Amino acid sequence: MAEFKELSPNAPVTAHVTNWFENRFPTAFDAYKVHMSEYYAPKNFNFWYIFGSLSLLVLVIQIVTGIFLTMHYKPDAALAFGSVEYIMRDVPWGWLVRYMHSTGASAFFVVVYLHMFRGLIYGSYRKPRELVWVFGCAIFLCLMAEAFMGYLLPWGQMSYWGAQVIVNLFAAIPFVGPDLALLIRGDYVVGDATLNRFFAFHVIAVPLVLLGLVAAHLLALHDVGSNNPDGIEIKATKDKNGVPLDGIPFHPYYTVHDIFAVSVFLLVFTAIIFFAPEVGGYFLEYNNFIPADPLKTPAHIAPVWYFTPYYSMLRAITDEMMYVLIACVVGGALFSAIKLPMPTILKPVVVVVALAVSAMMLAIDAKFWGVVVMGASTIVLFFLPWLDYSPVKSIRYRPDWHKWMYAIFVLNFFVLGYLGTQPPSYAGERISQIGTLFYFGFFILMPWWSRIGESKAVPARVNFTAH
Amino acid sequence: MNNMGIFKTLAARLKLVGVVASAALCLGLSTAAVAAEGGIKWDKAPNKVNDMTSLQNGAKLFVNYCLNCHSAAYMRYNRLQDIGITEQQIKDNLLFTGKVGETMKASIDPKQAKEWFGANPPDLTLVARSRAAQGQGSGADYLYTYLRSYYPDSTKATGWNNLAFPNVGMPNPLWELQGNRQPVFEVKNEHGHEVQHFKGWKQTSPGTMTPLQYDQAIGDLVNYLQWMGEPAQGSRVRIGAWVLLFLSVFTLFAWRLNASFWKDVK
Repeated sequence: MAEFKELSPNAPVTAHVTNWFENRFPTAFDAYKVHMSEYYAPKNFNFWYIFGSLSLLVLVIQIVTGIFLTMHYKPDAALAFGSVEYIMRDVPWGWLVRYMHSTGASAFFVVVYLHMFRGLIYGSYRKPRELVWVFGCAIFLCLMAEAFMGYLLPWGQMSYWGAQVIVNLFAAIPFVGPDLALLIRGDYVVGDATLNRFFAFHVIAVPLVLLGLVAAHLLALHDVGSNNPDGIEIKATKDKNGVPLDGIPFHPYYTVHDIFAVSVFLLVFTAIIFFAPEVGGYFLEYNNFIPADPLKTPAHIAPVWYFTPYYSMLRAITDEMMYVLIACVVGGALFSAIKLPMPTILKPVVVVVALAVSAMMLAIDAKFWGVVVMGASTIVLFFLPWLDYSPVKSIRYRPDWHKWMYAIFVLNFFVLGYLGTQPPSYAGERISQIGTLFYFGFFILMPWWSRIGESKAVPARVNFTAH
Repeated sequence: MNNMGIFKTLAARLKLVGVVASAALCLGLSTAAVAAEGGIKWDKAPNKVNDMTSLQNGAKLFVNYCLNCHSAAYMRYNRLQDIGITEQQIKDNLLFTGKVGETMKASIDPKQAKEWFGANPPDLTLVARSRAAQGQGSGADYLYTYLRSYYPDSTKATGWNNLAFPNVGMPNPLWELQGNRQPVFEVKNEHGHEVQHFKGWKQTSPGTMTPLQYDQAIGDLVNYLQWMGEPAQGSRVRIGAWVLLFLSVFTLFAWRLNASFWKDVK
């Protein structure tokens, strides 16, 4: 514990007040130093580095607006839809709070996807920031759960049938599937019990986990220090006081930066809220303005835009596609057994395991493997730090063709997302199957392709031109 | 709490209907949904949600022609004050029973409605929002087209059909105003098949309104439905302009504040 400090009676009042608190709660003062005034962030952050702060802002918006919505919302299948309309019509400023929350949900995914893309291109997930990335992926999973369960609450047609379709997917799991789906729903179809438990998860269970993970994400980040667009460790070159030469205090430099960024972000965010809250049916689906009707299945059920890339991958797994996947598994196993250095005893094991997996792939319905693929598409992100073998972190110093690789990855993600919003079609199915193979190929083959090509020389100090 | 009552009766009714009827309903509604997705290209609705005269005329038409069978369960009568109708006018002209603070309920008995039309007439509070479709147009566009696409069809149980909603359950509620019309088709040969192309309408018997007056009346009605879908939309846009103005100015200050700090970073 810090020493108890006495000030001279002549010291100014403000100093006395500060001292009074510092003697009684030194942790807060230390935390301010560690995380704000003496947290040295690289000075060469660019546009891509604002999305972390913006994610935090959107999280706060969602929590605050969510609290106010909870004051008027009724988690009851007979009342839920009406209570949302009550908020939209009769609660003073209710429409604003609701639009902030519905737009905030989509905004959350926009900023988080951009934040993840930043991490991807500058190698922010690599040593020593593996845990920062892993916590981030866990946050992303929580966010998906939060969004999925929150979407049921307005109790419109899309809420209802979207939940019905997704929960039914769990029923495809062999042996435990039907019981698991029943456990999630609390009923044989999505109903009042489902609405109540999703409400509980949405307003307290998942947000608690989310907040814990956000704290872990930030603490781990501040322990190892931020990466930067050059992928250089600024802690490697310090001045005589131990301050990184390329680092600047987070406060005030990045706080003013963030105020500016927040202001620009809010311009876009409020423009949507006030002028186009439905965003052409992408943020608020048109069908969701019809109350949930268990007897009337909509002609076309599509998840909200942020889930559509994974939904595309789910739909891509057809019986035909299973043969392609089996070929991938067997081919991959044979290749590793022949080419990769491993003890001879292990080689037959690899082949046998691959054959066993293939047998399961033939025996179990493609629908189940679709669910596996959809799950794997987010789980694979966790392994990124151990898949990348490029000698440099940042895209800036990687071989030029890597830029194309990342560009195609992003394009592929958009194409999958678009196809997920569309009704099934033959061409769409084929394209999404190729897209799914590319998506997984990008990650699974990364240990191989990330080593190919000539990297550029990484400078000792960051690139920075004064503003 | 009115909503609760409606939902309770709805829930009770759904339970009563049971499995057999639900299957029949399912079939009927799903074919209707598919048919509604077919239909003709939508016309553009005259968008004038700030025009009070039009909104008031639309409200009058809505109460007189729609509210008999359709409810607007989330819309309170006294909210009509937002479009310039006084509480007294609401009481005198628009409200048949109940209080001005109540929501708009249909006069029809739901049981009878089901017998007559095969399904309960849907609630219309949000119809202008729910009927929009990507690539086709806004909900107002759909309603504007739909209400102007009725024609007598003796092969249907109700004697009516609709080009925008083939095999529709509702007969034309505005036939007195519109009169009778028949669609005119042009037969074209496409890829060896004879395809019917919708060309236009032929008035077969006059209504109390001229076609022009009728289009205007429907424009007003749709305008009202659009407004009723979100009564706050006017203030939303007005406040939004001020918010953007404030944020633009604030962004300028934030930009300069940022620059004044960052000039020290070399």
